Amino acid sequence: MQNRAKFGVGIGVIVVSLGFLAWMGYGESKTYYHTIAEYQQLQGSARNHRMRLAGTVVTGSIHHSAGRTDFVLEEQGKTLPVSYIGSDPLPDTFVDKSQALVEGRPGSNGQFVAEHVQAKCASKYEAAPGGDKPATSSTTQQSSM
Amino acid sequence: MDVFGSFTLLLAFVCAVYAFVGGIGALITRHPLLVKSTRQAGIATCVLIFIGTFSLGYLLFSDNFSQAYVVSHSNRDLSAFYKIAALWSGQEGSLLFWSFLLAVYVISVLIAYRHKNGELMPYVGVILAGVQIFFLTLNNFVESPFKTLANVSASGVLEPFVRLDGNGLNPLLQYPEMVIHPPNLYSGYTGFTIPFAFALAALLARYPGEKWIHLTRKWTMIAWCFQSIGILLGAHWAYAVLGWGGYWGWDPVENASLLPWLTGTAFLHSVMMQEKRGMMKVWNVWLVFCTFLLCILGTFLTRSGVVSSVHAFANSQIGPWFVGFMLLTLVVCFVAYVKNRDYLKSENQLDSLISRESSFLFNNLLFLVACIAVLSGTLFPVFTEWFTPSRISVGAPFFNKIMIPIGLGILFLTGVGPLLAWRKTSTDSLKRNFTWPLAVGALSAVLAYVLDYRNAVSLVCLFLCGFVFWTIVMEFYRGAKVIATRSGMSLMMSAHELAMRNTRRYGGYVVHFGMVLIFIGLAGAAFNTDVQKTMNLGESMKLGPYTLVLQTADTKPEKNYTAERMIVEVLKGNKQLMMLYPEKRAFQGRDQSNGTMVAIYSTLREDVYVVFAGIDPDTNLPVIHAFLNPLVKWIWLGGVWVVMGTLLALMPNRRAALVIAGARQPAVGPVAAALNPSVTLKEGHD
Repeated sequence: MQNRAKFGVGIGVIVVSLGFLAWMGYGESKTYYHTIAEYQQLQGSARNHRMRLAGTVVTGSIHHSAGRTDFVLEEQGKTLPVSYIGSDPLPDTFVDKSQALVEGRPGSNGQFVAEHVQAKCASKYEAAPGGDKPATSSTTQQSSM
Repeated sequence: MDVFGSFTLLLAFVCAVYAFVGGIGALITRHPLLVKSTRQAGIATCVLIFIGTFSLGYLLFSDNFSQAYVVSHSNRDLSAFYKIAALWSGQEGSLLFWSFLLAVYVISVLIAYRHKNGELMPYVGVILAGVQIFFLTLNNFVESPFKTLANVSASGVLEPFVRLDGNGLNPLLQYPEMVIHPPNLYSGYTGFTIPFAFALAALLARYPGEKWIHLTRKWTMIAWCFQSIGILLGAHWAYAVLGWGGYWGWDPVENASLLPWLTGTAFLHSVMMQEKRGMMKVWNVWLVFCTFLLCILGTFLTRSGVVSSVHAFANSQIGPWFVGFMLLTLVVCFVAYVKNRDYLKSENQLDSLISRESSFLFNNLLFLVACIAVLSGTLFPVFTEWFTPSRISVGAPFFNKIMIPIGLGILFLTGVGPLLAWRKTSTDSLKRNFTWPLAVGALSAVLAYVLDYRNAVSLVCLFLCGFVFWTIVMEFYRGAKVIATRSGMSLMMSAHELAMRNTRRYGGYVVHFGMVLIFIGLAGAAFNTDVQKTMNLGESMKLGPYTLVLQTADTKPEKNYTAERMIVEVLKGNKQLMMLYPEKRAFQGRDQSNGTMVAIYSTLREDVYVVFAGIDPDTNLPVIHAFLNPLVKWIWLGGVWVVMGTLLALMPNRRAALVIAGARQPAVGPVAAALNPSVTLKEGHD
């Protein structure tokens, strides 16, 4: 066999088998992103997918009970009750009004059952200046140029 | 100071534009004065960026709370150490910091080569100025770090005001490694600009030979070393601070830092093909281009949050700028390649499937596939949103499925490559070279099995680790023996002499040894276990061979936070090993902001990793989450060896006076050459 052909076969075998593994990994871990509004419109088999939803934690909605934590997420006026049943402790950044990302599947009685909860990540954390100074509601930023 | 700072940045922008436009003029007219003045404009740009960055540092250190950036990322009680970190903890600051580090590289290159490479440097200057213009545009006009707080008064006039204190630094970033991790990673990202500029310049100038590779070799290694340190420090930070018991979660930001590292590592290997055999020229040029583009993409992914949040891209001001810059760079590279591709003709063909060349080829193939896999997995949500009505992400199983075999394949080639001869390897030499490494590999696997590390993938990994380790030992031993025979030095001294004579080759082996240690650590991940328990004071829990006893709890006020500590005693059998203090920190300055401090008892065999996970709301008792993570320490140790190997590779070669003296003794010379034909005096081989 020509050298070129040998290399071609070698490369082909590697790429095809890795591609197959990638396809299997994709099937195992694919997760759909939805907004809360979209989630509420989902029909049929689409409701059985593993999915990820984002929203703001409604103030005062966090309730802990044996083995789970219930809270309500809000996004663009739509709300969604969530039950967190994962074994990992909730992140420190998970508090009232924090941005949270929940991953899991729809539960049987209307609530969303989350296995993972993330609250806003460190490297993207941006606080508004003047945020803790309610008197200056018209606070703005001005470039010094 | 803020006006001063933003003025210096504006002036830097003007100088960079001059260096770019004037530089193009200089390329056309070849006027020596214009060449000189554009180079000096390039140097001035860098100096002005330094001054601008120091101005922002001054504002942070002087607690100037009239500044939006200072208010957002610092407070009075923040220690000086973390005020440095505040410089790059926000978007505006980190983009300025990018310009700053790039300026360090640019000024070094412009000064170091001011009297050399007259044909190439004007091109390099123009390309570097082009990159600087992009970042200075962001620093000046899109994300300026110098913004003053002001109120709109009733009459519609802006009235500046000063806040009493700032919001403080994000607690997750108040950890020593967060002060050194970003500068390292950013030094890696920015450093790849230099090989990129030289590669593009050589292509545009049709610069003869492989000189651009020789010129950029050290710069590439410096950038690669910083990138490696940055990735490992980031992993260690995630491990020690985030409290989920792992060090790598395939998070988009982590992946973003891995991407240029993968192509950069591929490049460091494939340049040897070009140097030795004049092959893979097109491939090398494109690897450098891709590495640079992935550095820009990495910065973009980290800063814009395009992947993690559905609407981040639309809300992000910098997104379109970055995409525009990447597209422009791609077009420039592509046009330069198409116009000058005849200059990149390969001088040789692949001779055999079992040769050094083919091991490099497969090494590069695996790195490239790894890069494509990580890139597509990371950007999957973005792609699916473009082409389908839904947005789909993939998680850790996807990455692990594909990256574990690739990692093992690369590890295998790490051992095989150095044992194969260039062009073609004979069956005899295969037998001779592979018997012992394979035996040591098998021995390591058996040892691992006996020690209870019984997982197929981990056993394969540990087998390969033993295999690669022994190939490295053999390389050192053979070379050292030749020197020892000739000079009469001890074997250890000869090994040292050997490494100093060809620092790049043996530094490379030291890096490989570091990677072996890292893979040993990764193999341990299959055996991680954890226990979570609500505990009363005095209560204990079992974790593998250990017993953890919650002795007591206390509160420790510090300057910028108050720590709630759990005092956990670690016992093995009845032997008391140590006390661990996992804590929760309540920070001042931000409402309800908390930080976790993990406590780790680390040995070569395993880490006992204890997290104070919070208070159980039902019982009001502390929850302790403890992990037993085998072999993690090997990863950090491996990192140290990787850095040491790179530093060795960066050192100049020692003149081999002893070998020249030895060559006068014909009785020894040919024997030595037969023992190891690859020990030659030629500088710059692998």
